[in-house]
Amino acid sequence: MSDPESAILAALSASPAASIPDTYTFSSTHKLDHNQVVGVSKSLEGDAYVKLTELSTSFFVLGKEAESIVNDGSQEILVLAALIEAGDGGLSMPELQGAVGKDVCKIGMGNCLKNKWAKKEKDGKLVAVVKIEDVRDEVRELLQQLNEGGGDPKSLDDKAVTALKRRKLISLVTRKSYSIVRGPSYSSTRVKKAADLTKEMLDSGKWRETPFKEYNFKTLGESVGGGYLHPLLKVRAEFRKILMEMGFQEMPTNKWVESSFWNFDSLFQPQSHPARDAHDTFFIKEPAQTVSVPEEYYERVKTMHEVGGSGSIGYRYDFKREEAFKNLLRTHTTAVSSQMLYKLANQKGGFQPARYFSIDRVFRNETMDATHLCEFHQVEGLVADYNLSLGDLIGTIETFFRKIGITKLRFKPAFNPYTEPSMEIFGYHPDLKKWTEIGNSGMFRPEMLAPMGLPENVRVIAWGLSLERPTMIKYRIDNIRNLFGHKVDLGMTKNAPVCRFEAAEEVEQMQ
Amino acid sequence: SYYDIISAAERATTGQILDTNPNIKLLTHSLWALHSLSGNNIPSETLTMPTVSVERAALFAHIGRTFTDEEFDELCFEFGVELDEITSEREEATKSSTVKLNKQQIAALSEEVIYKIDVPANRYDLLCIEGISRSLRVFLGEMDAPTYEILKATDEKSSTMTVIQSSTATIRPFVVCAILRDVTFDTARYKSFIELQDQLHRNLCRQRTLVAIGTHDLDSVKGPFVYDARAPKDIKFVPLTHTDEEREFNGASLMEHYETDASCKHLKPYVPIIKDSPLYPVVLDSEETILSLPPIINGSKSRITLNTKSVFIECTATDLTKANIVLDTVVAMFSEYAATPFSVEPVTVSYVNDANKVVKSYVTPQMYTRKETASVKFVNSLIGIDVDPEPMAQLCNKIQLGPARILPEAGEDGPILEVTVPPTRSDILHAVDIAEDIGISYGYNNIVKTVPQTCTVGGEQPLNQLGDLLREEIGRAGYVEVLTHGLCSINDNFTALGRPITEAVSLSNPANVEYQVVRTTLLPGLLKTLQHNKSMSFTGGFKLFEISDVVLPDKEHVVTETVVGAKNARRVCATYAGPTSGFEIIHGLVDRIMTLCEVAPEEEYVSSSGNKTNKLVHCKEGWFYTIRELKQGASDYAGTYFPGRAAEILLTSPNGGERVVIGTFGILHPEVLANFDINYPTSAVELDLEALL
Repeated sequence: MSDPESAILAALSASPAASIPDTYTFSSTHKLDHNQVVGVSKSLEGDAYVKLTELSTSFFVLGKEAESIVNDGSQEILVLAALIEAGDGGLSMPELQGAVGKDVCKIGMGNCLKNKWAKKEKDGKLVAVVKIEDVRDEVRELLQQLNEGGGDPKSLDDKAVTALKRRKLISLVTRKSYSIVRGPSYSSTRVKKAADLTKEMLDSGKWRETPFKEYNFKTLGESVGGGYLHPLLKVRAEFRKILMEMGFQEMPTNKWVESSFWNFDSLFQPQSHPARDAHDTFFIKEPAQTVSVPEEYYERVKTMHEVGGSGSIGYRYDFKREEAFKNLLRTHTTAVSSQMLYKLANQKGGFQPARYFSIDRVFRNETMDATHLCEFHQVEGLVADYNLSLGDLIGTIETFFRKIGITKLRFKPAFNPYTEPSMEIFGYHPDLKKWTEIGNSGMFRPEMLAPMGLPENVRVIAWGLSLERPTMIKYRIDNIRNLFGHKVDLGMTKNAPVCRFEAAEEVEQMQ
Repeated sequence: SYYDIISAAERATTGQILDTNPNIKLLTHSLWALHSLSGNNIPSETLTMPTVSVERAALFAHIGRTFTDEEFDELCFEFGVELDEITSEREEATKSSTVKLNKQQIAALSEEVIYKIDVPANRYDLLCIEGISRSLRVFLGEMDAPTYEILKATDEKSSTMTVIQSSTATIRPFVVCAILRDVTFDTARYKSFIELQDQLHRNLCRQRTLVAIGTHDLDSVKGPFVYDARAPKDIKFVPLTHTDEEREFNGASLMEHYETDASCKHLKPYVPIIKDSPLYPVVLDSEETILSLPPIINGSKSRITLNTKSVFIECTATDLTKANIVLDTVVAMFSEYAATPFSVEPVTVSYVNDANKVVKSYVTPQMYTRKETASVKFVNSLIGIDVDPEPMAQLCNKIQLGPARILPEAGEDGPILEVTVPPTRSDILHAVDIAEDIGISYGYNNIVKTVPQTCTVGGEQPLNQLGDLLREEIGRAGYVEVLTHGLCSINDNFTALGRPITEAVSLSNPANVEYQVVRTTLLPGLLKTLQHNKSMSFTGGFKLFEISDVVLPDKEHVVTETVVGAKNARRVCATYAGPTSGFEIIHGLVDRIMTLCEVAPEEEYVSSSGNKTNKLVHCKEGWFYTIRELKQGASDYAGTYFPGRAAEILLTSPNGGERVVIGTFGILHPEVLANFDINYPTSAVELDLEALL
């Protein structure tokens, strides 16, 4: 037995046109292991010594049962022989089983009856009705024929193949092999090429004479390993950067449990507002009640709801303390904005203009689906200054959205309980040629600001959006469960690109 | 560009992702958060942003002109409503996933084009075709806002409602009424009349809890009317639902029937409003005929038909202000069909005490039209426009705030605008509401954009800054970041971690069992992530981390002079799972975090570490940490870890003085791993980030 490599190279040495038509037959003639031959051929091909063409050969192989038919004859012949031997008395089932074995009996008896080689007597015994010379063992003949043909499907007609397959005697096998011709770098002996440059080569200087393998430039490199940051939090980081660049100061929003007072009442949201229903808001069982709120401010808020003030007629209903003191999971970060504005009004030295932002979690008691979770992140920005206008809000929103690449905006009148005017922000989608809602905005109501003690002509403009939505768009995630929560596929996290928004060009109409 | 991405995402989700389905804006309290990307699954009763369906042809007939769909969409946008969907009964039925009809049933449905229009939650005057078309006609300048006229009562008896105060006070204390005379109904008008009541019941009336509307054929009953509350057994009548079979019920048997009968399931939700009350409210005529059993059902006798000429409207309520708004809205919408359009007859409502003495009395409907003023300068300044006084008054007419005029005498701030607020505009509370409407009338998209000159410096919260810096560093150390839910089950938060159940903030109305408490530890989120990512490679160790908040009960914590009884704590949590436990690897991360936060190891702690300690030279004055073994039973956390392979992290800082435990780490106990269905040995650390600020 020679080694596969020299056998292959030798077989191709006769002339440039020499070839190995089929590695399988080549292997058997040279008594080589075919797998080994294929492995070596591929390695030789890697160094361009040879060229391989894949072959695919289909042939039938005989099952175990078929092998014994070829050797001993088919079951029906064996049964017939046994019955003939038994003579006119025939054989009962158990007797037949004893004579030929259970498996042979089962198949052979049926076929004998079907071929009318035997019949069943009244006593249940089987009796042969033909002589052995009168019948042909067709199955055995077919199998032999197939065997001689090397399993080639063409050696039998289709009908015969179907019959044999039905009896599960043969099965089709596909064999992969190759034909081999010389490659561009063919040589009768192979010089081993190095896969990589090693320290040893550097030390010994062998790199000078070592030939190197070709590098496969058509595969991906190794995975870099290391850790990965979550895509939503990458977007959060980018949004924080943008807002800070715009002069916004981050608000301390690390407060999930909130009182209804700050979450709703301080925003001049009436106590009977539907949003305050249990099916929208998570209320807290324990600790159920807020312990304390700033009492003077509480009184001013209560008065504003009940009878109005500062030019407002109020909502005119009985403001209930127990409603205000119900604890809940904040439904928006505006609960914190409200506190920041209260502090801004009451800080030492009095009110100073401010820009605030936050990006943090909020909670809603909602039915969950592909786009809804009970928790999500809210992005919120606000500016508090003297005599701000709706035009200022529009300009601020445009500046922000331009930074994340959205330029064409328009504004729809909307209703929010604690802003007036209120605007829904729509962005134009050039591909779909349609406007789509991308945020919400407004100017906080005077009924909200006045009880805080802000000077009368201080106005607060604000806008907001969710963090999940732009993230899902940016990272092409269509189910929020693939973004948020423990069912997230970490492969997605690994492959998420950096969060980079193409800031749009300055628009000339900015004034 | 960003938009390429949008379209890809949109295509990927068959258009759902960016569809601003109307239903989502129901989160009106949610001002900003466009959380909901599509609201298909939200049950309709949770909607607070109503959708009104109107037939296009009928709407255009009401408006008096036609539009292309695009033109109408644009008009809606400018006016502040949203043309949400263009469909038909047949198309809806074909698409519906909840109602399955066969082909014949679908073929029988109308193909008439229907507009579904989303209207703001506070505009009850836009809840029917009459209101929408009227507002749009005024907006287009094709008509002036109607003025409503309260006529003299033609029949004293019909115009009297007596309220038995002592009984009704126990269940539903208020009622307001009105009479529409010589109304002409047809099928479309009748349908719209019923639909408006449904819309109001759903929205402003809060599923009939605050207000319930009953409308009756005045000619089939006899005033004066009485509003009383009586024992359920004493209330006997044929309800509207059983008109055909003329089946009589008493109050109690009717409640039972509505609770159980499938054909009345639309009434079932209202049953609990009165069911357990000893007395049920009831509206009767002078012959004790039952007009209604509010807020459940009307009587059959006084039902309205297409032949009804005079309509008696009663609104019973627990909130009188809202009852008046509801009544005014119904009157404003349907008085259009009275013999004298926009006229209504009043009803005097008198409350009597047990001695039958009138203690309180008022006349309804109020149809209260008021004058409000706003300074022209204020409006211009708030909106950011520069409109002269007279044109500003003109703008008011377009949005039903007319007639508007400039007062002869200017105020301190210059000219004063006076507008007329119709009864339908209960949302106008302040001059800003007038300014907003003028802004809408002017066109939001015509406003010149400006940028506030406010001079401020941007900045971040130190805790968020530290968290973000550490995220980068821990990511660099080979850990994959996760983002897990803040709400979890008691089992995951305590029991599955081998910890006793201790105090946590718990929810009173969790959406599902996974949301019983606000987490007090980040660990379950990471372990569940491991459980759901079994296909990842663990051979080289699989590392996860999260920096986020937990919430701990705390009766002392004060924020903005407010104590709610809980506080957030920011934590760092990390896990290592692999063929071996990785205890030293997690231990190494603890040291690394301390190095990054400039906290030095105590000398004794590193006594056997050799020259490794050279790495730990940069530290803040007075900040040290050490670790010590966490013995089984020594703390609530100990049960989470494998015995002998757990430690506490102790911090000494100049502000704290004494050593404080700021976290624990160790090999997770095999029982804990089994609870989370994790097959690899895992180590974890969780520590308090705020302590390191």
